[in-house]
Amino acid sequence: MTATEPEAEVVADGVPVTIDGVEILANKGELLIAAAERHGVYIPRFCYHPRMKPVGMCRMCLVEVDTGRGPGLQPSCMLPVSDGMTVLTESDVTKKAQDGVLEFLLINHPLDCPVCDKGGECPLQDQTMAFGPGESRFVEEKRHFKKPIPISDIVYLDRERCILCDRCTRFASEVAGDPLIHFQARGNQTEVNTFPDEPFSSYFSGNTVQICPVGALTAKPYRFKARPWDLSEIASTATLDAVGSRITVQSSRNQVLRYLGVDSDPVNWGWLSDKERFSFEAWNSDARLTQPLLRGDSLGNPTDEGDQLVAGSWALALTKVAEALDGVEPERIAVFGGARMTNEGQYAWAKLIKSVLRTDNVDAQLGDGAGGKALLSLPRTTIDAACTPGGTVVVLGADPKETHGSLFLRLRHAAENDGASIIEIAPRSSGLAPYATSSLYPVPGELDQLVDALGDPFGDAAGVDGDDIAAVSERLRNEESFTVVVGSGSLGDSPAVIERAVLRMAALFPNASFLPALHRGNVMGALDMGLAPGLLPGRQAVGPEAPGTWANTPAMEGLDTTAMLHLAEEGGIDVAILLGCDPLTDFPDAGLAERGFNKVSHLVAVDSLLNFTSTGADIVFPAAASATEVDGTFTNIEGRLSPISRKVTPPGTARADWMIAVEIAAQLGVDLGFIDIDELWADLAAASPLHSGVALGDVMAADTDGVLLTGTSIDSVEPPAVDVPNSSDLRLVVTRKMYDEGTILTHCPSLNQLAAGASASVNPTHFSALGFSEGDEVKVTSQSGSVTVPVISDPGVPAGAVAIEFNQPNASAASLLDSARTVTTVSLERVS
Amino acid sequence: MSRLTDANVALAREMIARYPRPKSALIPLLHLAQEQEGWVSDDAMAHLAELVGVTAAEVRGTCTFYEMFKLHPVGTYMVNVCTNISCQLLGGEELLHHAEEALGIRPGGTTEDGLFTLEDVECIAACTEAPCMQVNYRYGLRLSTDDFDQIIADLRAGRHPQGLVTANPGEPIPSHGTLGLTRQQTGESKMAGVLPPEQVNEAPVWLNANATEDAS
Repeated sequence: MTATEPEAEVVADGVPVTIDGVEILANKGELLIAAAERHGVYIPRFCYHPRMKPVGMCRMCLVEVDTGRGPGLQPSCMLPVSDGMTVLTESDVTKKAQDGVLEFLLINHPLDCPVCDKGGECPLQDQTMAFGPGESRFVEEKRHFKKPIPISDIVYLDRERCILCDRCTRFASEVAGDPLIHFQARGNQTEVNTFPDEPFSSYFSGNTVQICPVGALTAKPYRFKARPWDLSEIASTATLDAVGSRITVQSSRNQVLRYLGVDSDPVNWGWLSDKERFSFEAWNSDARLTQPLLRGDSLGNPTDEGDQLVAGSWALALTKVAEALDGVEPERIAVFGGARMTNEGQYAWAKLIKSVLRTDNVDAQLGDGAGGKALLSLPRTTIDAACTPGGTVVVLGADPKETHGSLFLRLRHAAENDGASIIEIAPRSSGLAPYATSSLYPVPGELDQLVDALGDPFGDAAGVDGDDIAAVSERLRNEESFTVVVGSGSLGDSPAVIERAVLRMAALFPNASFLPALHRGNVMGALDMGLAPGLLPGRQAVGPEAPGTWANTPAMEGLDTTAMLHLAEEGGIDVAILLGCDPLTDFPDAGLAERGFNKVSHLVAVDSLLNFTSTGADIVFPAAASATEVDGTFTNIEGRLSPISRKVTPPGTARADWMIAVEIAAQLGVDLGFIDIDELWADLAAASPLHSGVALGDVMAADTDGVLLTGTSIDSVEPPAVDVPNSSDLRLVVTRKMYDEGTILTHCPSLNQLAAGASASVNPTHFSALGFSEGDEVKVTSQSGSVTVPVISDPGVPAGAVAIEFNQPNASAASLLDSARTVTTVSLERVS
Repeated sequence: MSRLTDANVALAREMIARYPRPKSALIPLLHLAQEQEGWVSDDAMAHLAELVGVTAAEVRGTCTFYEMFKLHPVGTYMVNVCTNISCQLLGGEELLHHAEEALGIRPGGTTEDGLFTLEDVECIAACTEAPCMQVNYRYGLRLSTDDFDQIIADLRAGRHPQGLVTANPGEPIPSHGTLGLTRQQTGESKMAGVLPPEQVNEAPVWLNANATEDAS
């Protein structure tokens, strides 16, 4: 649809081809249809898609080609260019072929365009108008199917409209690796379908809807919501995960109705995960915060509401927050979150927190992954470099399939099509396991020891076979360069484990560069803007010198989430500020979070939707959704800046995050120095050497791939000490799934039923030794709590470990965790 | 309605081992499933998917492409009467009509005792012997309606139907799904090699063996 075709580089040894009398220079090996398109000749097509292998299925792209043996009709999507080829795309013969193909394609097509969602943006409709015969000679009955049928929780299939182009089925097997839809039967009976009772439950199913050239596949959130001609659109960036996939946001009557993936060559190639694609539903939710909320009994005139949250004015909320902050020691303020904001929101808040409130107690990561300072000390790289054909990628403690959908598709493509080798070093087998050349699963808490062993193999380490370690070590040492995609590791381990592992990796392998695949949308922006302890904007360390227009900087390096919560537990935090986060459910130690927040005197929240933690706040500021309601920029895992565009107006009096920071500063008597985005960027450029050369206009330009930030980084960080766990008890692995009980997902009607639930996965050796059978309910008990979940046998879990999924509807793994320990040990007990 | 038996799983693994890629064994495996049950059930397809490491949707895609794989239970004897041009000219339509009357079913139907399923088929490549039919893919040639009745009567009575051509005279007609009475065994020396095509860098064993035989 609106996806732009990837631009191929013109190489010097081009192939001269004459198309409609004009000689062009095509690239060697390029398909005729692509070469023609690059030179402004559009050959009609249905099945050809530039990001998938050609199949020559629809025959629409037949053109008259002469390669010296006389002219003949050939499908241009299957034909690589050759020297001296002459092509006629508008000859009588070509036109007759196009007429005929379209007449055949329409034999069984119902022509229900007036009631079809695709009508108005339908390639079949458009090309029938442009190239078709105008009328059909067929009078026979068309084939009939039940319509539509759901092929997954999200996607509906209308087989009558289907023209069997093989795009969705190719996407499922070639791109997503989930061949759950397939052609069934033969000839006139051919249809696309799933196996009975085995739905197309791919994380990427929404892409098939976007690439369907007819209205056969439709997505539940958009069905019968709008006509294409009523939609207006704007280029933007998807904000739910940190890949920064490029999208088009489409809305009608001030409501966002659809995201479409945009083919950005260095980033997402047009693909989106379903979670990303349909996440806009949350911002259309009736539960959106539309005005400030204040605790009833804090208003001075106790009412019936008692200690309920009641609506108040901005003026009152700002007065109250200034009162709460008045005279509070900087060390007694704690700020959580900020990864969901735009870079601008993050910069304004960073300036408010660090320069006005003068505290360094701020952490956008919420205990997820290695610390920001450590990550910013690493040599960084791009997704393209990670996916270098024939290259090597180490996936260290990450599961991109669950947490970074578009990155997973890029890595999978590199492994399947471009000969890249994936080395998986994970707490349990990840979604990349089927494509990995080596998979190492260290026992919980010993990931860093495994990395040490890779530097200097001495035999078995961290429960991994010595020969496997030696083979991987040899390979990594011999690579000229390789990429490490570093994730959050196991949430059951202390973050120090993954931090030490990645820092040791950098120290041992100077040929490694890193892609930090952290959890939460604009988390890399948060780190670059200084929303982490010890950091100032532009990857600078907190020090005595205040950057740019900043009046002050914190006196000393502050605390991360775990330390802030420990301090709060001891009564050391007076004011806590939540920036769009929910630590009670999202921080991997639920007990600590609860004890900590119970002791905080004033809790202030800035958010678009109320969550478990902010429900207990004293003051809540309604924030405009960073995804679709504010203008700004996004920083992805590569450090690539791309635009976030305001498409609709925020509900009620909700405001952009940066405006709220400016207002609070003003209430405290400080001018942050900017009243619009341009001024904010000027202020940022003065404070951040990283951003000083970047023009906001270049980032916001819709037709670019964004601006890659390179250069500055934090000086090397000393790896943290990690207590070596020596317990022989079962150790806990906790990992994230794509669908969980997160605040945004629970407000998406199409996605909030998809969380599969947690289970306790155990290595088969233990499984049989413990005498379980598949599906038994077991009680998993740690020092901190217990949950009851079904047990399953999984060879992808290291021996001596139990793996549980985080934040699922049937169990909160966070309640098992104790952030003070390197690993969490558990016992299992059958309850049924 | 069921997965493969243990004995058939063992056979399946032997078949899979003959191919460089497990999923290449799918069609022989579908025949094995059909041999076990007389038809191919969803459970059997799901089981084959597990055995060769593809999705059940892919197995179903392959299975449904071929009309000889039956997705519903059929009779012990599959009666295919040809009504294509040569047979039609020589009484194929009449033969089919007679079959419908005699068996009391329409093409596609199965007799109540579960013995016969009737099908109207396109050319079965015996035009010189028209009109013809097949019972579990064994030919009956130049058939009169009486011949047809005799074959059905023989099958009902458990006698060997003289009207059907079998590989060896008097050989029993196995029930639907069983293709042959002897299972082909491929010796090691006759195997094509189990390397994926892109890794093959020498001529197959059997080709070398033939070359040696020719030379001697």
